[in-house]
Amino acid sequence: MEGAEASSLCQGRPPFLSVRNLVKRYPGVVANDHVNLDVCPGEVHALLGENGAGKSTLVSIFYGLVEPDAGEIYVEGRRVRIRSPKEALSLGIGLVPQHFLLVKKHTVAENVVLGLESAPFWRPAAAIAPKIRELGERYGLPVDPEARVWQLSAGEQQRVEILKVLFRNVRLLILDEPTSVLTPQEAEGLFEVMRRMKAEGHAVIFITHKLEEVMRVADRVTVLRRGRVVATLPVAEADKATLARLMVGESLPEVRVEKKRAPGRPFFFVEDLWVRGDRGQFAVKDVSFEIREGEIVGVAGVAGNGQSELIEALTGLRRPARGWIRLDEQDLTKKDARAFFEAGVAHVPEDRTHRGVVGPLSVAENLVLKHYRYPPFSRRGVLVFPAIERFALESVKRYRIQTPTIKTPIRLLSGGNIQKVILARELYGGPRLLVAAHPTYGLDVGAARQVHAHLVAERERGAGVLLVSEDLEEILALSDRILVIFEGRIVAALRPEEASMERLGLLMAGVAA
Amino acid sequence: MKLVPRQNVSPLWVFSVYAAAVAGALFLSLVLLALYGVPLGRALAAIYQGALADPRGFAEVLRRTVPLALAGAGLALAFRAQFWNIGAEGQLLIGAVAASGVALFWPLPGGWVLLAMALAAFLAAGLWAVLPALLKATLAVNDVITTLMLNYMAIYLVEWLIHGPWRGKSLFGFAYSEKFPENAWLPLWPGTGLAWPGLLLAVVVAALFAWLLYRTTLGFEARVVGENPEAARYAGVRAAQTLLWIALFSGGAAGLAGFVEVAGHHHRLLAPLQISLGYGYTAIIVAWLGRNNPLAALFTGLLLGFVFAAGDVAKVVLQVPFQLVGAANGLILFALIAAEVLIRYRVQWGWGRA
Amino acid sequence: MLEDWLVTTLARGLAFAAPLLIAALGELVAERSGVINLGVEGMMILGALFGFIAADMSGNSWLGVLAAAGVGALAALLHAFFAVTLRANQYVSGLALTMVGLGLSGLWGKPFAGKPLAHPLSKLDLPGLSALPVLGPGLFSGQSPLVYLGLVFAVLLWVYLYHTKGGVTLRSVGENPAAADALGVNVYLVRYLAVVFGGAMAGVAGAYLSLAYRPTWTEGMTAGMGWIALAIVIFAAWDPLRAVLAAWLFGAFYHLAFRWQAYLAPEFLKMMPYAFTVLFLVLSAWAKSVRMSAPEALGRPYVRGERE
Repeated sequence: MEGAEASSLCQGRPPFLSVRNLVKRYPGVVANDHVNLDVCPGEVHALLGENGAGKSTLVSIFYGLVEPDAGEIYVEGRRVRIRSPKEALSLGIGLVPQHFLLVKKHTVAENVVLGLESAPFWRPAAAIAPKIRELGERYGLPVDPEARVWQLSAGEQQRVEILKVLFRNVRLLILDEPTSVLTPQEAEGLFEVMRRMKAEGHAVIFITHKLEEVMRVADRVTVLRRGRVVATLPVAEADKATLARLMVGESLPEVRVEKKRAPGRPFFFVEDLWVRGDRGQFAVKDVSFEIREGEIVGVAGVAGNGQSELIEALTGLRRPARGWIRLDEQDLTKKDARAFFEAGVAHVPEDRTHRGVVGPLSVAENLVLKHYRYPPFSRRGVLVFPAIERFALESVKRYRIQTPTIKTPIRLLSGGNIQKVILARELYGGPRLLVAAHPTYGLDVGAARQVHAHLVAERERGAGVLLVSEDLEEILALSDRILVIFEGRIVAALRPEEASMERLGLLMAGVAA
Repeated sequence: MKLVPRQNVSPLWVFSVYAAAVAGALFLSLVLLALYGVPLGRALAAIYQGALADPRGFAEVLRRTVPLALAGAGLALAFRAQFWNIGAEGQLLIGAVAASGVALFWPLPGGWVLLAMALAAFLAAGLWAVLPALLKATLAVNDVITTLMLNYMAIYLVEWLIHGPWRGKSLFGFAYSEKFPENAWLPLWPGTGLAWPGLLLAVVVAALFAWLLYRTTLGFEARVVGENPEAARYAGVRAAQTLLWIALFSGGAAGLAGFVEVAGHHHRLLAPLQISLGYGYTAIIVAWLGRNNPLAALFTGLLLGFVFAAGDVAKVVLQVPFQLVGAANGLILFALIAAEVLIRYRVQWGWGRA
Repeated sequence: MLEDWLVTTLARGLAFAAPLLIAALGELVAERSGVINLGVEGMMILGALFGFIAADMSGNSWLGVLAAAGVGALAALLHAFFAVTLRANQYVSGLALTMVGLGLSGLWGKPFAGKPLAHPLSKLDLPGLSALPVLGPGLFSGQSPLVYLGLVFAVLLWVYLYHTKGGVTLRSVGENPAAADALGVNVYLVRYLAVVFGGAMAGVAGAYLSLAYRPTWTEGMTAGMGWIALAIVIFAAWDPLRAVLAAWLFGAFYHLAFRWQAYLAPEFLKMMPYAFTVLFLVLSAWAKSVRMSAPEALGRPYVRGERE
């Protein structure tokens, strides 16, 4: 280990974690390509990169979920192999994952106690409850040990994840995209927590694709692009423009949306809608709005405030408890997904791999997943294969779907291509209303741009688009009108000109602005 | 030991692994035979003589194949839709009951009675399967247990009929119904005990079900529901309807097997254990071995038919209890799921966490 | 008259419920870890056979119980290997186990068919408690010790599940194995242990049949009880104390049906347990709370790093 370099790096102390020439390959892609990284104790080190840059893979390696194909890992100067989360924990490395790993039915204390060696055998949850409160106090993470996790908000659940890790005396905390479920204000609270951890001497790795956050709270930042480390620099020496360039490779022009026509008459009506969630409580409360032809309505909100339930109600996947849904003169309120589809409502779902497509089925079969019932794809119950194949080939060409053949099982395609298949399917026949739920989640910039182009094209064609997204930039860029949802209610309806990131953030957090 | 997913799976590999698996299971069954005290050479010779070499013996193999292929094709359809129909045994018996009912109490002229028997068997058995499917579709009741429970209930229904209302003259102390009128008998292949219309029926049904599964909207819906119920709902597939139709066809096929058994071989309704030697359960293997492809059930049915015939030979010639076949079936099933793993994954030996 | 009827219903209900309860408790533990084992019927009958053989040869019925537990555990180990290590389809693996179990027991049990057991498990009367009016003869006398063992086990299991660290681990593995794995829990080991325990219990349940309830060996003597035990786990919403209630309810219903022999043909009587099971399942499905109690990861193999 280069001694001189190390001492200047971490102000005289050795780095807590170092990796040299780390390589991890998956079929068809090199996720991590000779990565070098040092993380110092008492620093917040940001790992910046786009979706697909290799951040998650790196994190999985640090936490023992996967092993690298090549390269070395050093913890406190010692060469180590991290083969499992158990080993990672014993080395003092803890992970707060992006998608929480919590047992929803259990209490907070039961979740913290799981696998905790220091907890007693008899009634462990009760035994550690006091310490949960104490740590919660110390780090600014108040949470009730007796509460059941399913009752907590996303932000509170994240606190449980952090507490789990703190209980295990970790010296390095890895936070994977922690602000994806938080409002801007809650995120600020999290940054405060990180600062306290820093003060207590922990090292923190903080993974994100948001430049703002890096500038806010990190000491040093490492930028990843396509599996490689592009640069590592102190945040003090960086600015957003530089980081953006490093992240993406060249400066991309600003997203410019050409909207030529004005919205037409209203055709889709939601009145006094109340929808229950999975646990019986109301997830959507007294929501009313309308959508006009040729308009994009954006719905901004933090995940878990009723968006999913609202989308499900508006596409026939969940029956509302009260209220009405109308398309022109047609009452769709209690109808199922097929009825909504036949009325002209298209749905690009949030969970594209599990709900939007059927993995083992072919690309062609997925393209007719909703249309198989109708001519020309079937007649009197019998499928017409020539018509299906023709449609599949056309769609592949028009949407530039990258797939070996139309008979290839769709689960072998990348996320971006799967989304293209879904779009090709949903846009076939020209829907009246397109409900798009987080359509660019997990896609790289190029694919996201294409999706945006399709959404705008639908608008120009005269369809209505309901865009539900957590990406505020996307909402601001595309929407004709913006609705903000908080705790199941529409708390604001704005024009993009009236909205700013800050104002939206406050509204999303329930603050009247 | 680590399991690493394979990327490309060639059909040749699939076939080889399956063949090796079945061979391995059969080998283990022979070991069981040896453990029971039968010298292997003698056993193999007897089986070859009885089941393969002799045309009458081979006809017995075909005779067993018919109900296995019929029920197996039906189960292939059901399993594709993730309808865990373990009730083929009961559905077969109910089919036999319905067919017997028509034969005994609705004396139609000529060949019409056979048509009516087949139809009745199909519908009655189909409904016997629709009931658990309905419970699953509406209340999400576990279909494995309900279909199984209906097996037991079907057994006792048959028992009640042959000891009670449909009691005929008993022969050798066993209870039977009256013999069917002769126009309710299926013709036999001369010199054998094989009711050849049954074989024809099996081929037709297997082909029909394959067409249904791959070429119709119902089959498409069944496959979608089976692979991903959530996506099916999103796609507007009405899963309940799909499930009920699939159950009807699945049960109906097993019912047809029951029809063939009573109309072709026994010509009366008799004790459940004599109508079906566990065809319904073995059909599960027929379906699985054929990767739930209805057409493949014809071939896998043949293989398992051979196992049954071999078991018969073992019982008669070697005095080995017929339960050996049951154990052999279970071993084949184990071998199959091991085969699935080998097909989908590559095994990496070495240290490290599994 | 009423008292007589009550006493026999209680007593016979308890006696019939015992094998169901013991097998159900074992399966409950396995399912709580996320693994469903449809091989209960096969493990029970193997336990019945080998328990009988061991008891017959040694003259000691308790040795038979031990042997039965061992055989059940061994059989379950096979299922665990397929379900946990090979990540095969759990439903099919369990079915295969039942087929093999039924087949092998039929094959190897032939020499023992119908043979009465020389020293069956003796029945006992609980001192003091058996003198109570109604409840005394109803619940506390003339029962096999295995009945009380089952009840004790149920209580112990309940305490284990909800008041100990091991219980938290077991339940978490069945709800969210990824969460447990991320905290260093050995998910595979927990599942193996749970499944093997389930097998041992199923074996003991089988032994109860051949050593106490009807001290003999008959082919197929479990008559589907393994499947009924599976249904009881569902009806009990995966809770040990509710399993006691469910099993006893089942036993009582069955006994009551037995009493109506005069009005019904014997075959319909024999149908009763199976019809009841379906009824129980329908009732369970109706109660939303039961549906939500199922361990979330039940039936799904766990692979580290594989996103759902």
